[in-house]
Amino acid sequence: MHNQGSKPEQDGQADQIKAQIEENLKRVYQSALVEEVPDRFKLLLQQLKEKEAQKTEVPK
Amino acid sequence: MNLAVATDLDPRDQLVEHLRPLRAFAISLTRNVTSADDLVQETILKAWASIDKFQRGSNLQAWLFTILRNTYYSSLRKSRREVADPDGAHAATLSVKPDHDGRMAFTDFLRAFDALSDEHREVLILVGASGFSTEEAAAMMGVAAGTVKSRASRARKRLAHLLGLAEGEGMFSGVDAVTDAVIGRAVAAMG
Repeated sequence: MHNQGSKPEQDGQADQIKAQIEENLKRVYQSALVEEVPDRFKLLLQQLKEKEAQKTEVPK
Repeated sequence: MNLAVATDLDPRDQLVEHLRPLRAFAISLTRNVTSADDLVQETILKAWASIDKFQRGSNLQAWLFTILRNTYYSSLRKSRREVADPDGAHAATLSVKPDHDGRMAFTDFLRAFDALSDEHREVLILVGASGFSTEEAAAMMGVAAGTVKSRASRARKRLAHLLGLAEGEGMFSGVDAVTDAVIGRAVAAMG
């Protein structure tokens, strides 16, 4: 750290700001993480799996 | 952890377990649910089609995140022209001081976060917020670990600047809130 002339008080505040930024960044991701995933994605995976199963079935 | 079992599983059957973090990453990166969902859809299709390229036993989530961010950047390159705001022209309107209790409001934070470049949003979410290591993030982003560190540091500085919290601006230095706001606006207008 080379912020000359800054009071220890300000350093403490800089640390506090840094911590708050980290905390808020986590919150951005976490708030998206708790959201329910739309069914369309699970359906899509199901469809892909069914298509794959058909492909690998022994041809008649 | 039983790696022997993990490698026996078809990774395609495990994709469903990663939908939630994948979508959270997409939302954090695009900051738009519709774009995020399109991106997740495209990522699933690509992952399914190229599952043979996935190295079994390695980190499936990291692999999916990599596909998603690559897909995002290639779609951005195609439609870049319309977003001519690399370092945030509307950033000038953003100068937010913390509340009197010293905590920044989340909505203010989001506004600043949204004004970051995609690369800056990405590095801040990957490192720290979503719990990947610098090395893992570097692999996903296709850059050196040192680049991840310096980019993350620049991104944090930029974010602090957008929040009106740049180091050495003497926040909380005894200036009252109104004066502070005026100074903030003047600084924003100059910058």
